[in-house]
This record gives sequence, structure tokens and C-alpha cells, in this order.
Amino acid sequence: MHPAPSLIVFTTLSGLGFGLMAFLGIDPPAKGGWVMAVFAALALALAGAGLVASLWHLGHPERAWKALSQWRSSWLSREGVLAMATMAVFGLHAALIVLAGTQVALLGWLAALLAVATVVATGMIYAQLRAIPRWHSPLTPLLFVLYALAGGALLAGQVTVGGWLLLALGAAQLAGWHLGDGALAASGTTAETATGLGHLGRVRLLESPHTGRNYLLDEMVFRVGRKHAAKLRLIAFALAVALPAAIALLTEPHHLLGGVLVLSHVAGTVVARWLFYAQAEHVVGLYYGARARA
Amino acid sequence: MTSLPDRTATDKSLGLVIDLDTCVGCHACVISCKEWNTSNYGAPLADLDPYGAEPLGTFLNRIHTFETAQPGKPAQVVHFPKSCLHCEDAPCVTVCPTGASYKRQDDGIVLVNESDCIGCGLCAWACPYGAREMDGAEKVMKKCTLCVDRIYNENIPEVDRIPSCVRTCPAGARHFGDLSDPDSSVFKLVEARGGFDLMPEQGTKPVNKYLPPRPKTDTSDGPDVLGPLLAEGTEGAGGFLGWLDRALDRI
Repeated sequence: MHPAPSLIVFTTLSGLGFGLMAFLGIDPPAKGGWVMAVFAALALALAGAGLVASLWHLGHPERAWKALSQWRSSWLSREGVLAMATMAVFGLHAALIVLAGTQVALLGWLAALLAVATVVATGMIYAQLRAIPRWHSPLTPLLFVLYALAGGALLAGQVTVGGWLLLALGAAQLAGWHLGDGALAASGTTAETATGLGHLGRVRLLESPHTGRNYLLDEMVFRVGRKHAAKLRLIAFALAVALPAAIALLTEPHHLLGGVLVLSHVAGTVVARWLFYAQAEHVVGLYYGARARA
Repeated sequence: MTSLPDRTATDKSLGLVIDLDTCVGCHACVISCKEWNTSNYGAPLADLDPYGAEPLGTFLNRIHTFETAQPGKPAQVVHFPKSCLHCEDAPCVTVCPTGASYKRQDDGIVLVNESDCIGCGLCAWACPYGAREMDGAEKVMKKCTLCVDRIYNENIPEVDRIPSCVRTCPAGARHFGDLSDPDSSVFKLVEARGGFDLMPEQGTKPVNKYLPPRPKTDTSDGPDVLGPLLAEGTEGAGGFLGWLDRALDRI
């Protein structure tokens, strides 16, 4: 799949924002007041920036409000509704702490729950797509939630919790990569089932419909990611998981080291997210001569 | 609206039957489809940089050509038209966040309401067949409408009230009808020829069916018809050629 920068920015930033909201909802900073104001503003800015970035991806952003209408059937619609609800509930929760100095635990928990549900919905947008076997897995929403919660914990300064979440994330990411590599082959969809010509032997594309490129090839048969995939995975894992987990669990990071930890995790997440799109094989590629790795 | 209609409530399942045995790969249906659909229902089908180095166009119907090979047998070339299959369980419909993408209750046609489409592209991702293309100029999702503006159009002669691709196919490889009606010609054709679904394992339950090409006759052990006539030999040559044959033999 084409790794659109708008989608990488959106999923990374909004994931961090909603992860931060989850921690600020359950366990707001004890100092209250201004500290909470700064954290809450950061969370809302990250989630908001992510949502704005997602609008770049649309052909007609002026109609985006219509996307809130189909929450009964569409995960994309649910994500939009949940994101708005989360930001509203969390905004109220934060405003009460900052302005009135009162913490309503129930409201905070509701904000946290909604934040996690929003990220689950983001993951389900991808996991529901059977045509992209690498994404069509329960690990997809799990990974989105773990990236969000681990990043949110680190941003909220919950370093020990964040460290353990990073370890869980690392395990899930390794499992995701391992299973993902075999997903297209395991899906049972091949050039033979795509054409129904399997009974005549192995099917090979002789001539493409057009000599040039088209929307389908640009959007869904992206190949650049494969070449450096192994190196990029190593970089993503080192930056997003290994380095921040080591700092979080083996040291007692203060501000400078804490900043390094967060930046490293975010950079690694961006690389991992790029791979998430770039490595995903859409079965339409089978009509264009792409095959599962042997 | 983006929920799929209840299957029992769908009156008809209009769709195409494509005969892979007959298709000659001339691309006439591609051109005819583009012409009709760029000048009628909905936004026109863009052609970006049409005479430049990298032309890029929107098409609702594309023809692939495949070759199948079995060890010890001759290769077989199959021309393969591909457009929207108007699936019963259309994944492109349920993913739509705005309700722009829908499957009609009365005839099962899958359509896009372009004024509600935000151009997010998720329906194109959800379709395993690559039947949807985002228009490069209008930024809305385009797909086969089964020529909904022809099949019910009382302003055109009755003979033309079928999809443009079917009307134009010079080989008669494309058939249109109600695939839920056991008395329809398309239903009988599918029964008789063993029509099949594309990617049945994707669970989309396509309405459109494909008819398999006949396996190519294995000629390796058959009688050699032309060979004896083409073989060299001068037996029985008389007259000038006979003399020339003997003279050249003596040299």
C-alpha cells in the first residue's frame, strides 16, 4: 500500500494524543492546575493535529462532516465519532481540574475508555480489510493500542508503566511482522483464485491492461518498502522499543533523558508506521503480476 | 445507508456474465465504457496528461491478458475483462463513512453518490478486485454503474438498454441480466457453462460470473496434418524438374 505521509502523521500523532489522554484521564498529575493544563493541551493538540492531517488525505475535505453519519456500519465513521467524543469528555475532565480544581474520577475514566476505543477503531479500519491479508488480523488493533498507550505513558511521565508497555509492544510488533510476512500466502488468495484459471495451470500476467501506471498501482501495489524492509525494521525496533525501554526500565530518567526517550519512541513509531503501509500487499496486485513471497 | 440490503429483500441481482472462451481481448468494451461513462451519469472520467510522457486515466473496466502454463502442454492465453462484480457482500459498501457507497435494494447495483463522497479511498482499499478508482481530477470514487443510465433509459432504443460494454462487444463475450432469476438467459448460461466467482475465498459473493475457457487441445500426440505436405522430397518428379533433379544429383 502507498505510505501516504498524511496517514503516517495522522495515526502517529493522534495515537500519541489519545494515549496521553488515557493516562491523564485515569491518573492526572498530582500538582494539578497549570501542569495539567500543559499536558491536556499537548494531548488535545496531538490528537487535533492528527485529525487535521487525516483531512489532507481526503479528495473533498469540505464534506468530512458527513463521515460522522455511518457509525452503525463503518469503522472509519466510528473513529471520527469516538475521536470527537473523547476530545469533548477529556476537555471537560481537564477543564474541571484546571479551572475548578476538582477531579471527577468517573469522567476521567470515561475519557480514558473513549480514548482507547478511538484507537481500537483506528486499528479496525485496517484490520477489517480482508483484501489486505497483512492487516486483516487481531494484532493490528492490538498494535495500534499498544503504540498509543506506550507513547502516552512516556509522554505522561509514567516511565515504569511505559517501559513495561514498550516490552509488550515489542513482543506484539515482532509477532505482527512474523505473521504478516506469511499472511498473503496464508490467505489462500492467489493469481489462480483471482482469475479462476487455476485448473489450466500456473497463471502469469502476459499483458497489463495499460502500458502506463494507474490509480490502483499507485495506491495499492507499492513496492519500494520491500527493498530495505529488514534494515528499517531493525531501526524501528531499536528506536521505538529497545532504546526507550532500556532507558525507562534501567535508568531513572529526568528531563533530558526523558526527552530522548520520547523522541526516540516517536521516531521509531513513524518508521514502523511507514513499514505498516509500505509492506502491506493488496490482493489486487495479483491481477498485475505480483505474487506472494515463496 | 452503508449497511447492505437484506438479501431476501433484493428483488433482482443484475450483473454481467463474461465468457473467457470468447473474449478476443480487443478492448472495445473498455473504450465504449469510457465514452459512455465520461459523458453521462456522474463526474467525467479523467485523463491526466493524455498525450504526455505519463498518461494516467480513470477506467471502470480494464482488460488483463494472462497466460496459463502446465508442464508438457501448450501455453494458453486468456483475455480477462475486469470491472465491478456488484458483490452481494460488498466490502466497499460497509466501509464507507459517509453513506456515499451503497447497494441498491431493488436491483443489487452498487453505486456511489458522488455528492456525498469525501474521496477517502477506503472503499477502493476494501475491494479485492480493484474495481474502484479515485478520479484524478474530480477526487471522487468512480466505479461501474452497470450503465444504470442506459438499462432503464426510455429515451434510447430498447436494443440499447443494456450496459455499453455488452452492447459493443464484437465477440459476444459479455452478457447482461438478472442472475437471481433461474429463467433468465444469463442464469442458464452460468449453469450450462460452469460459471465461477473470482476470489471466492474473499467472501464477497460476486454477482458477476465468469465462464471458463475451454482447455486447449493437446496437439503433441495428434495426427500430423500439414507435416507430410511440407516435407522435402523429389519422388515422382518428371519433365524439366525431374531432369534438373537428376542432373543436380550427378554433380
